[in-house]
Amino acid sequence: MALKIVKGSIDRMFDKNLQDLVRGIRNHKEDEAKYISTCIDEIKQELKQDNIAVKANAVCKLTYLQMLGYDVSWAAFNIVEVMSSSKFTYKRIGYLAASQCFHESTDVIMLTTNQIRKDLSSPNQYDTGVALTGLSCFVTPDLARDLANDIMTLMSHTKPYIRKKAVLIMYKVFLKYPESLRPAFPRLKEKLEDPDPGVQSAAVNVICELARRNPKNYLSLAPLFFKLMTSSTNNWVLIKIIKLFGALTPLEPRLGKKLIEPLTNLIHSTSAMSLLYECVNTVIAVLISLSSGMPNHSASIQLCVQKLRILIEDSDQNLKYLGLLAMSKILKTHPKSVQSHKDLILQCLDDKDESIRLRALDLLYGMVSKKNLMEIVKKLMLHVDKAEGTTYRDELLTKIIDICSQSNYQYITNFEWYISILVELTRLEGTRHGHLIASQMLDVAIRVKAIRGFAVAQMATLLDNAHLLTGNMQRMGICEVLYAAAWICGEFSEHLENPMQTLEAMLRPKVATLPGHIQAVYVQNAAKLFATVLKSQEGNTDSTAAQETSQLMIDRLPLFVQSANLEVQERASCILQLVKYIQKLQQKDVEVAEEVSALFAGELNPVAPKAQKKVPVPEGLDLDSWINEPPSESESEDEQPKAIFAKEEPKHSRPRREEVDEKELAKRREARKQEQANNPFYIKASPSSQKVYQEAPGVEHIPVVQIDLSVPLKVPGLPMSDQYVKLEEERRQKERAEKKKKEKKKRKEKRSGRGKKHDSGPESEEDITPAHQVDIVTEEMPENALPSDDDDKDPNDPHKALDIDLDNLVEAAARRPLADSEKLPVRSHRAAEAPKSPTEDGDATSQEPKKKSSKEKREKKKDKDRDRKKSKEEKKKKKHKHEEKGEDLLGGEAEEPVVQSEETNEVAAPPTSTSAEETATVAAAEAAPMPEATSGIAPDSEPDEPKDTEMEETKSSKHKKKKQKKEKEEKEKKKKKKHHHHHHHSDGGGEEAVQNGTVEEEEPLPPMSNYCLLAENSYVKMVYDIQGNLQDGSQVVVSVIFENKCDSFLKSMEFNVLDSLNSKLQRPEGSGPHDGLTVPFQLPPGVSNEARFVFTVQSIIMPQKLKGTLTFIVKNEDSSTHEKLDFKLHFTCTSYLITTPCYSDAFAKLLESGDLKCSSVRLEGVNMPFHHLLARICFHHHFSVVERIDSCASMYSRSIQGHHVCLLVKVSAQTVSIDAKCDEPTLLGNVLDEIKQTFSQC
Amino acid sequence: MIKAILIFNNHGKPRLIRFYQYFAEDMQQQIIRETFHLVSKRDDNVCNFLEGGSLIGGSDYKLIYRHYATLYFVFCVDSSESELGILDLIQVFVETLDKCFENVCELDLIFHMDKVHYILQEVVMGGMVLETNMNEITTQVDVQNRMEKSEGGLSAAPARAVSAVKNMNLPEIPRNINIGDINIKVPSLSPF
Repeated sequence: MALKIVKGSIDRMFDKNLQDLVRGIRNHKEDEAKYISTCIDEIKQELKQDNIAVKANAVCKLTYLQMLGYDVSWAAFNIVEVMSSSKFTYKRIGYLAASQCFHESTDVIMLTTNQIRKDLSSPNQYDTGVALTGLSCFVTPDLARDLANDIMTLMSHTKPYIRKKAVLIMYKVFLKYPESLRPAFPRLKEKLEDPDPGVQSAAVNVICELARRNPKNYLSLAPLFFKLMTSSTNNWVLIKIIKLFGALTPLEPRLGKKLIEPLTNLIHSTSAMSLLYECVNTVIAVLISLSSGMPNHSASIQLCVQKLRILIEDSDQNLKYLGLLAMSKILKTHPKSVQSHKDLILQCLDDKDESIRLRALDLLYGMVSKKNLMEIVKKLMLHVDKAEGTTYRDELLTKIIDICSQSNYQYITNFEWYISILVELTRLEGTRHGHLIASQMLDVAIRVKAIRGFAVAQMATLLDNAHLLTGNMQRMGICEVLYAAAWICGEFSEHLENPMQTLEAMLRPKVATLPGHIQAVYVQNAAKLFATVLKSQEGNTDSTAAQETSQLMIDRLPLFVQSANLEVQERASCILQLVKYIQKLQQKDVEVAEEVSALFAGELNPVAPKAQKKVPVPEGLDLDSWINEPPSESESEDEQPKAIFAKEEPKHSRPRREEVDEKELAKRREARKQEQANNPFYIKASPSSQKVYQEAPGVEHIPVVQIDLSVPLKVPGLPMSDQYVKLEEERRQKERAEKKKKEKKKRKEKRSGRGKKHDSGPESEEDITPAHQVDIVTEEMPENALPSDDDDKDPNDPHKALDIDLDNLVEAAARRPLADSEKLPVRSHRAAEAPKSPTEDGDATSQEPKKKSSKEKREKKKDKDRDRKKSKEEKKKKKHKHEEKGEDLLGGEAEEPVVQSEETNEVAAPPTSTSAEETATVAAAEAAPMPEATSGIAPDSEPDEPKDTEMEETKSSKHKKKKQKKEKEEKEKKKKKKHHHHHHHSDGGGEEAVQNGTVEEEEPLPPMSNYCLLAENSYVKMVYDIQGNLQDGSQVVVSVIFENKCDSFLKSMEFNVLDSLNSKLQRPEGSGPHDGLTVPFQLPPGVSNEARFVFTVQSIIMPQKLKGTLTFIVKNEDSSTHEKLDFKLHFTCTSYLITTPCYSDAFAKLLESGDLKCSSVRLEGVNMPFHHLLARICFHHHFSVVERIDSCASMYSRSIQGHHVCLLVKVSAQTVSIDAKCDEPTLLGNVLDEIKQTFSQC
Repeated sequence: MIKAILIFNNHGKPRLIRFYQYFAEDMQQQIIRETFHLVSKRDDNVCNFLEGGSLIGGSDYKLIYRHYATLYFVFCVDSSESELGILDLIQVFVETLDKCFENVCELDLIFHMDKVHYILQEVVMGGMVLETNMNEITTQVDVQNRMEKSEGGLSAAPARAVSAVKNMNLPEIPRNINIGDINIKVPSLSPF
């Protein structure tokens, strides 16, 4: 044995190692491939040996060969062998090779799971490190799922070296196994405050990556990051955080306001350019997100622009580049401040560095105005001529087109100039943007009616010179332009001066070398031209000319009939037959021109690109359902060949279909116009252009500026755009002169000496009148188009799966425990699967379809509501400012769910946020999937505003949001259940105290609802819930859901309560103490809606009952009756409590303080799982779990007036004992009574 | 995220490639060629950022590179990375190489590709920046190298000896191709 080892090592001496291989390759420069193939043979031999050292050496060499481009996947199994070596040296080689060549479809990866797990738990930190590094490169969804738990454990490893690697790799795990995000997130968040800067940096890194894709879920971390930003000195961390803030601010403008100051300070103080640059970038993002116009912002903008100018002027090209990059971001919102640096940017356009030129080009976009567009484009055209690389030239081309066409050709005053620019661009060698130019030509010719005559003339010249464009193969991209040219000439052939010549040009034999789709357009438009020519010729009473034209068609078309392209062939043969028929008629001296041109009658309107998509699906139409029974597999195969023939049939009837007579067409058009005019969704032409249309009915007849064609041109007959610059200059001067004249005249008339008007100052934008009266036709959209913008989202984005709501998890974890299904899979025996109750699953499925449709409908409205809500909140914020001054980052108004957890990091201070309540309801919603009951229980701090409608809207939007959230969670849950139900086993180590947030949920909770019946009769049913208002210790909000139970319309509902000394309904100012409150909505039959009423209470230690009445009018088709309904509002003590999360240490301090009075209660015969019990207390009585150990839990809640209520709940057998402490014994007693009652009911 | 790290010499010969997203081998070679083509035609005094690699990434990705003597260090990154930060990172990486190899030159990278990988692994992991502190990086690399040596023990000694002898026979290895101008102006190196 020993001998064998010695022998092995001696053998090894003479094996080729990596260095030898490299040396060998270098020595065989001539026959490298051959040498390498012999080496690979050697390696294969080495891999067959038992000695792991030899194998490792071979794998190491393979890694090198992989770099040279050799596929080494055949050795994947050997790599796994080397990975599993016990020696670090070999293990490292194996993992390196694996990280270089393994990927998701490598099948041996599934063999590595256990090996990696072993390495991860190795006592040697470097084994673990190597495994983590390797895994980060080849993690698959399976590995991620199986190892997520192990890696999560490593996040709390004692060695920072492992911790930081584990934290980083979690991002990869999240990507592959999104379900792990929720359970791992709390720990990840913890790592943000890790003592080791490396770990901290890694955590920041991961969260930044996550937040970049789904920023809204991470808004709640803003306070924490803010703290880090002000405390950290690590520039890497700072850069990441500042970048993250850049992504967050668009979602939360208030955050931006807080950020400006520290960022400005950093800008002034830092010496690191990278940090300075990122700060400027984020300040820009903040300024973009904030509404402009506030005085202090202009200073920040100025600062940014000023700093950027310094960067751009720097001799370091990198800084110059970045300066321009950031400048382009400012440009979008504050074009004015960038425009003042035009000189600098134009200067950069001449830079020798292409990257910098490209960036400067981007900026040009915002620099143009009506005044300087021509000048700038002229400069760019010069660059186009000079540019050496095609990439840069193509970029220039697209930029020219972008600049000119931006915001509906806003800056173009002379479309003739633009057409000539486009024509000039067609001369570019080897550009691939032919189609772009073509589409611009089409767009302009269609939408700018006045230009058609000129455009057609230009296009005819292009067609005539088509050989110049198609001359050499390199220019194939540009021949797309001919597509546009042919179409324009055909469609607007009435503008052609010499249609016959153009027709000739279109039927040249050379055309047959063009791509098929262009030929097809040629053929079709030749037919249109033919119609025009016929029309003009028949008027001449000379029939021979017309017959000659037909003959020309008949002679030339067969060339296309032979085309290999189906489209060309089909069109050509159709038209050929048609022309032959026409010729026959002509020979009989029949007038045909009218009928032929009727083929192409009617004008095409431009249609918006998304128009088709936006046609709403009519109600009752299900696009997914089969119209007929789906054919069986075998049938469809048989039918396929048939379909090919069937398709050709309609061909014969096509010409006839187009022959709809003029009258009918006109009638239809009229009808459609009428419809469009009445339709609010139809985007009409802008008023200005409409006006033009009305004022100048003869726009088509505006004389075209004469062009002097004697100027030497590259392509004969094509104008140079440069002339237009001159012409334009002259025109403007003339205009100015005229204006001056007029002014002088006026002055003369007035004879007033004080008129010292500037006469030679720079003309303003408005002064420049377009050369042509331009009528830009807007694009047509379908009637009832859906105004949605979400068409552009990529459905395949892997980060979409990570769009997981983390807010409620982070902040009041106890109330929104991780569902059982969300636990990370842990290794365990599969046999021990826990029995699952089918009820919940069933529930979820039955709920879902019902809600889906309503959700979709609401989606649209939601955005609008949210906007409104935000602005409203701004207003409110000012009101409440005195309450928390700089205490927390966002201003403390936790009304919006997105900013819920502002306070969670302030451990010791008892949190003062209502946000917890929000989550409570969410948690409840999850536990109790009842569509009605979950709606908007959240307290609303709004003082009762007179704007009732607005209030209602806000509420309903909340309503919706919550439902959606719930739905999402349900879906998530369901999905996971389906996929991984065999992985859900708890650790079994139940001894460990479970801190805030990880209460296990062994069994699904039964549905719960806090809404209880208020009153009911045959017309209406009212259910209500009461919630405390955190902002104001004397207010509670009663949410009442009114449900219409009858078939009639309920209106004029008035809600009135007989106030007591202690509790009063808040009424709008000016109304008497006994007036009712109008319910801000009406109820159609079967509909329910929710209204909220604010009550002021003085003492909250006792429960109360208030009597009240609801009056309303029941309206039928013919009659209406007054009705009323009496009710009793029961204010329980529980309703004064607010769910407030509390940390165990703060809780312990509170108990130790000794200010609390004690009381206790015993509940007998409670027969429910402990976690159900806790959930019930949490849900019905607004408590949160502080800590849970086995069958014992501490809970906390707080009243609106700041009383602390602490519970210690213990369960043994069927007895539950609750020991409670509170600083107000009466309140405590009442709360305990209510808890007792809750459990006696079930 | 860093999508790829490529090191190649002035002739486009790869010295180290590290992709953090899977590409097949021939695609990798194509990317290297394209990147080399883009980078090599640029003057040394133009900026170190480059857009327009068509094979890797797309509009969100940028090439950030540095050119040292005979070698190009190219990082392909997306917009979540700070441009200047990555430039500094390249500098940190190169300086670390310089420390670990004692005056690093292209030949070190040629013959010890594996070691360069191990160093890189301590700097970037799975496309994310792991460590930027040079001392920390070198410490970890050293400890691991020492472990390797101790594991090799007696049995590895003869192999090392042979290797040394082989190296002695190679007088042509020029040890003086210094990585050169290490003190290139780095805008913000000092505070890191």
